[in-house]
Order: sequence, then structure tokens, then C-alpha cells
Amino acid sequence: MDLLEPTRQAFALLFSGDRELWGIIWLSLWVSVAALALLAPLCVPLGFVVARIHFPGRRALVVAMQGFLSFPTVVVGLVLYLVLSRRGPLGAFELLFTPAAILIGYMVIALPILMVFTVAAVQGADSRIYETARCLGARPLRAMGTTLWEVRFAVTAGFVNAFGRVVSEVGCALLVGGNIAGLTRNIPTAIALETSKGEFAYGIALGFVLMVIAVGVNVALAWLQGEGGLE
Amino acid sequence: MIKRIVFALATLLCAATAQAQTVRMATTTSTANTGLLDYLLPKFRSRTGITVQYVAVGTGAALKIGEQGDADVVLVHDRESEEKFVAAGFGVKRRDVMYNDFVIVGAPADPAQIRGMKDAAEALKRIRAAGSAFVSRGDRSGTHLRELQLWRAAGVEPRWEGYYLSIGQGMGTALIMAYEKRGYTLTDRGTYLAYLKKTDLQIMVEGDSRLNNPYSVIAVNPSRHPSINHAGATRLIDWLTSDEGQRAIAGYKVGGAQLFFPSAK
Repeated sequence: MDLLEPTRQAFALLFSGDRELWGIIWLSLWVSVAALALLAPLCVPLGFVVARIHFPGRRALVVAMQGFLSFPTVVVGLVLYLVLSRRGPLGAFELLFTPAAILIGYMVIALPILMVFTVAAVQGADSRIYETARCLGARPLRAMGTTLWEVRFAVTAGFVNAFGRVVSEVGCALLVGGNIAGLTRNIPTAIALETSKGEFAYGIALGFVLMVIAVGVNVALAWLQGEGGLE
Repeated sequence: MIKRIVFALATLLCAATAQAQTVRMATTTSTANTGLLDYLLPKFRSRTGITVQYVAVGTGAALKIGEQGDADVVLVHDRESEEKFVAAGFGVKRRDVMYNDFVIVGAPADPAQIRGMKDAAEALKRIRAAGSAFVSRGDRSGTHLRELQLWRAAGVEPRWEGYYLSIGQGMGTALIMAYEKRGYTLTDRGTYLAYLKKTDLQIMVEGDSRLNNPYSVIAVNPSRHPSINHAGATRLIDWLTSDEGQRAIAGYKVGGAQLFFPSAK
């Protein structure tokens, strides 16, 4: 199998601004980012609460969340498929095979990751931060903000991790998105199916973009963390 | 140490003989999704002891796999690309095996009003004009290529934003998506019947001569890929086109309906 020729074609495709190719890349990016943006206001405070407050079942919740970290995304896709199908409980919304279905899937996949990272970050923080903030007259919400700000690097690492997982997963996006050209075809599903068609150039181009995104996000994180990331 | 080497050699030998008893086939999703292969291949195995491993992809991909020597034999359905495949020297011993036909199926509400039409191209024109959802395999399979021929015959560019859904996947997925989107699709009758219980789609257009769907089996050219199991491929082709194989094909029924009709000459 010749590897060079498809690679050359891949770069030609990328730099010629192939509309379909860039549309696929755009879909992957916006759905991943939107999933995380929608989850953030829910998961971060919730993670803080779970880390700080003792309530019955808390330990079971944390263990369950950690278990979900390694939950196969294709199973998330399967369950969601059954729920969203016209014959499923949420069938009336006709969401199966739409970008919204992928978005929901990504949220389900990312939720435990964000939770677990936030919980670990807050638990790892010096509990005196919160107490000091309270003593200085901060309301609980403000004190929570202070604590989260102190552990922002660890929380951000959760987002980077979650982003990496959703942007590269293929099982859920393929099942509930359906790989429809121009509608729900994203980078991983396109790579999987273009390769099965023998369209290697497309796969290589998209694989390259996926790697650039992954490395780029991590470099951005390191830059954001600055000196703090090294401590 | 010696024991270990003997064991390793024995393992290798077993693997090698197992190899000789295996034929790799690249085929279309329709032969797999209908359940035909899982019915047919055990019969071949009990006759010859040869196990057939198959990958079910579109005709285009199946031919590509054969071209690269990653399969010993292909079972496909697109005359034009089959002829090119043989002419280019990638395949030998092409034989007709069976046929069925394509049908245009759609949601029972029939938004484009094509039920009962006899002209498949006209029906597609109407689907386009009504702006209804149409699911396309979009995977260069035999079905996809036929669909494109019909669009050409209709003089319509098969692209309309949000409703011409090109999915790059198998026939079963396409049918389910047509059901979910309350739209239409072109399918081989066999897969449609095999999926009858999974969708509410109904046959809208059938009987147009442009909807005939013949399948052929082709051996991958052994002079290009000396390592392939050509002997096994030949035995599979001989069996499929034999009286016994042809009877077996005719005997395969789903819900009482025969899905494929023998055509070996």
C-alpha cells in the first residue's frame, strides 16, 4: 500500500479549502465545545458540592462517576439511540440522526470526566482556602468561587481531558449521528467510513487535523497554566 | 527449549492449515444484512470444510479490497465496475450467481405522492420537487451507483440541503434512517424484506427495468496476489453456481418470501 500518495492528496485537500472537509472539522469542533460549555455551569459547582459536603450516598456517587470514566462510548450511543429513536421514549422530538443527538451523547460522555476532575481538584485543595474566605466575610457562593479559582488548573485539565475524549470518539457519534454528509458527519465518523470506502486521503487529512487539535489544546492548556502548571 | 520450538512450530503449522481452510470474501451489505450469507456459508462449509470469512461493505469498497489482495473472492452487484475490475486484471472467473431487484421505499404518508409509479426516474424527480427526505447510501456500493444512474436519468442533481442524506453506510442503516426521517430510499428488495419489522416503510415504486439487480462472484486474480487462497475461492464459486448452491439460494426465505433468484448459467 502506497502511503505517500494519499498523504500528498490529503494535504492538497486541506490547503485547497475543500468545503466538505472543513465542514466536517467545524462540526466536530462546535459540537464538542458546545457540549462542554453546556456542562460547565452544572458540573463544576456540582463537583464542588460533592467534594465539600458529606451526604448519604456520596461515596457511591463518586465511585459510580469514576466507573463511568471508562464507560464505552459506543454503549452510550446505543442507549441514546434507543431513547431517541422514533420508537423510543423521546422519539417524539425526532432527534436521532441530528447534530443535537451527538451533542447529547457528548454531554453524557463528558459529564463524569468533568465531575471526577472537579471533585479531585477541590478535595486536593487546602480546605483552609474556603474557610478563610468565609471568615473574611465571603458568602458560600463567593467562597466556592475562590476555592475553584485556586484549583483552576486541575479543573481545566478535566475539560481538556473531556474534550479529547469526545472529539475523538467514534462509537456514539456514528450511532446517534448517522454520519450524514453535511449534517452529522464529523472527523472520527468520516475517517472510519472514508477508509472503508478506500478513500485514504480523506482519512489521513482528517486524522492529521484531529492530532493537531489534540496537541493544540494541550499546548494551550500548558500556556494558560503558565508557571502554575509546573508547580 | 526444544519443546518450546516444537510447540511454536506446531502452532504455526496449525495456523497455516487453518489459513488453507479459510476463504476471505469481500461482499456487499445486502448479502449480509439479508442473512443470506449466514444461511448459505455453513452449507458450503459442511460440504467442503472451508470456512468463509466475509466483510460486508459496498460494492466499490469490496472491489477495492479485492484489488489489494485483501480478499480471495468478491460477491458484488454493479455490472459496470465488475467489468472494469476484470478488464483491469484484478479479477478472474466472473460468474453470475443470482439476482433480485431494487425498489423505492418510503414512509407510508408518501409526502411526494409516488406510490404506484412505474418510472423510477420520474419518481425521484417528484421526491426532489417535493423536497422530501431521501437517504442515499453514499458509499459507492452497487445500490448507490444504481441510485446515481437513476438521478442522471431523471436529470436531477441529487443535492438538496438537509434532505438529501448521504450517509456512507450499509443498506440496513439507510432503511432505518429513512424510517426515522420519514423519507425515501432506494433499496434492494432482499434487505427491505429482511428489515420489514424494523421500519414502517412501504414499497412505492417497483418493476422498472432499470431496477434489475444482478449479483456476480469474481475470484481475485492469483497472478497478482500469489498468497491468496485461489483454490478455495474457486471451490466457493463452483459451489455457488452449482445446482446445489443455486437451489440453496432459491431456498432462502425471510417471512415466507424468496429474496434472491438463482441465475448461474
